Amino acid sequence: MIEGLNPGFILIFGALLVPLTSGIVRSILLLTLPVLALVQIYTLGLGTWGHYDFLGLSIELTRIDPLARIFGTVFCLAAFMGMIYALHVKDTVQHFVALIYIGSAIGAVFAGDMITLFVFWELTAISSVFLIWASRTERAYKAGMRYLIIQVSSGVILLGGIILYYQETGSIAFNYIGLTGLASGLILVAFGIKSAFPFLHNWMQDAYPEATVTGTVILSAFTTKLAIYTLARAFPGTDILIPIGGAMTVFPIFYAVLENDLRRVLAYSLNNQLGYMVIGVGIGTELSINGTAAHAFAHIMYKSLLFMSMGAVLFRTGTIKASELGGLYKSMPVTMVFCIIGAVSIAGFPLTGGFVSKAMIQSAAADGGMIAIWLVMLFASAGVMDHSGIKVPFFTFFAHDSGIRVKEAPVNMLVAMGFAAFFCIGIGVFPDLLYQLLPYEPTYHPYTAGHVITSLQLLLFAVLAFALLMRYKVYPPELRSTNLDFDWFYRVPLKRLALAAGRLIATVWAWLLGIGRGIVAGIIEKTVNTHGDGKVMARTTASSTAVMIIVAALGFVVVFFYRFLQQPVPM
Amino acid sequence: MSNPDDEKKYWLDDPKNIDKVFYGVLVICALVALPDVLALLNILYHKHIEFEFENIFEFYSLYGLICYVGLVLIAKKLRKVLMRDEDYYD
Repeated sequence: MIEGLNPGFILIFGALLVPLTSGIVRSILLLTLPVLALVQIYTLGLGTWGHYDFLGLSIELTRIDPLARIFGTVFCLAAFMGMIYALHVKDTVQHFVALIYIGSAIGAVFAGDMITLFVFWELTAISSVFLIWASRTERAYKAGMRYLIIQVSSGVILLGGIILYYQETGSIAFNYIGLTGLASGLILVAFGIKSAFPFLHNWMQDAYPEATVTGTVILSAFTTKLAIYTLARAFPGTDILIPIGGAMTVFPIFYAVLENDLRRVLAYSLNNQLGYMVIGVGIGTELSINGTAAHAFAHIMYKSLLFMSMGAVLFRTGTIKASELGGLYKSMPVTMVFCIIGAVSIAGFPLTGGFVSKAMIQSAAADGGMIAIWLVMLFASAGVMDHSGIKVPFFTFFAHDSGIRVKEAPVNMLVAMGFAAFFCIGIGVFPDLLYQLLPYEPTYHPYTAGHVITSLQLLLFAVLAFALLMRYKVYPPELRSTNLDFDWFYRVPLKRLALAAGRLIATVWAWLLGIGRGIVAGIIEKTVNTHGDGKVMARTTASSTAVMIIVAALGFVVVFFYRFLQQPVPM
Repeated sequence: MSNPDDEKKYWLDDPKNIDKVFYGVLVICALVALPDVLALLNILYHKHIEFEFENIFEFYSLYGLICYVGLVLIAKKLRKVLMRDEDYYD
């Protein structure tokens, strides 16, 4: 392999071969590329490669350090898992863009400078939208369009920030930036859009549930975690991130309780999980950054697992609405088991991935004496237990029997889910294997009696609360509905405003055009009156008369100047 | 798709067994709540705490229960404000 090749390029170049292959050859190609990228990461080891000077800017195509490596590693694993899950798909477009998308996300993680980062950043946006459009429905088309506008805006804001930052510092190296002024502010907003900060988040809940069965699984793993990586790289210890992350952990869980589309529930849940990671970045200690990295790793595994199980249900039953599902444990028992493994992992039960990762962030908050955010995270943990821990598996596989009887999920989907489930449990049982990959020296020990017991108390009493609310019929029923979120502002009033502005512009334009036409018509009329047929300026004159006038004029000039030229010029 | 009425009965199809699940949850909760009771009597369990209020009797159990119920009740109220038809945006 080329020395120092950014592992992302392996998937991007590999994608170019996809249209030339089919059948088993393509399957082998799809599964080999993520493995090759992973091998490339670990063969290279730590260091920097690919230095070029471009218009006086120092480009660094590849930089592998522990922070980038853990994100790159989990991206390769998620890519492998996603490709197994999508093996049955016969859509060349989806395979092609998925590889470009994943490749650019991996490329961005290993980018050493901000120009390289920007290029990959935009490439993730442009390639990923095709996974949404691949649903080939009107809804998906519109949601994809909104997604693309927001994602590309993030890139444009990032570029603006990079240019200003370069003017201030003369460097485009991608390292710690910190929030100091306009340039860094723009960069933070760009990262914030892709991290789904509050009010910048709706592209995710809007678009992810509209993508294809396999597309959502792939989308859910990369864009947002890439953004978390960039935040952890550039803004660790930025205080404002703590309340932002706190808001992210709390408000989506209310929506998750109400939402009927279970893939949208998972998108809200994803938003909530990102909140923990943003808090971890905001606290900025070694423990909390370790926590963010570990949580991103574990999260990709259990969140993919949940999206895969819901994708399998959608694939088999044709719907993913909680109001129409129920009783599927009878026909999809294996999927059910995998879904529950994902559910207990995200909830953070002992012996699962969520338990060993989230606790580091919680503990870092406690170390800093941050009571408020500590309580907020604990509240959000009870909330996670509801929407992802209970609601998703319960209303799909149990609740009232919907009478839907289908086949178990396809083998490739089950294998992919098994892969994720293996990691969910594996990380929980052998946390040291994950801790070895962390950016800083791991000092945290999750399995203390106190931590295990208090976690079980919190989670099991949340289960008890659910049992009571169901038994006494207080728990809100699943209803077919749309719940208004921040996207209402740009989907209703802003849209109306834009349409009204359009109408106003059309009216003003028509009016200006009318005035202009009036002026031109007036000039033409005037001209016709003076220069038209038989008018003053258009009358013809006999040539003899004309000669008379010219001779008279000439005679006058000759006499006049002769008189004056006789005068001596005064000296 | 086969007719659901013809197929075998599952354990959970019997409402009595759903009651059993409910009581099972109660028993498990009682078990995990036990260490705090023991701690009250200074037996075995010592919680490593960061904040003073973690020493409140059954702090985590009560916090989990109350937060969960609060979350669901607030969400129900929010539904009145936020819920629209499924095809609201179409």
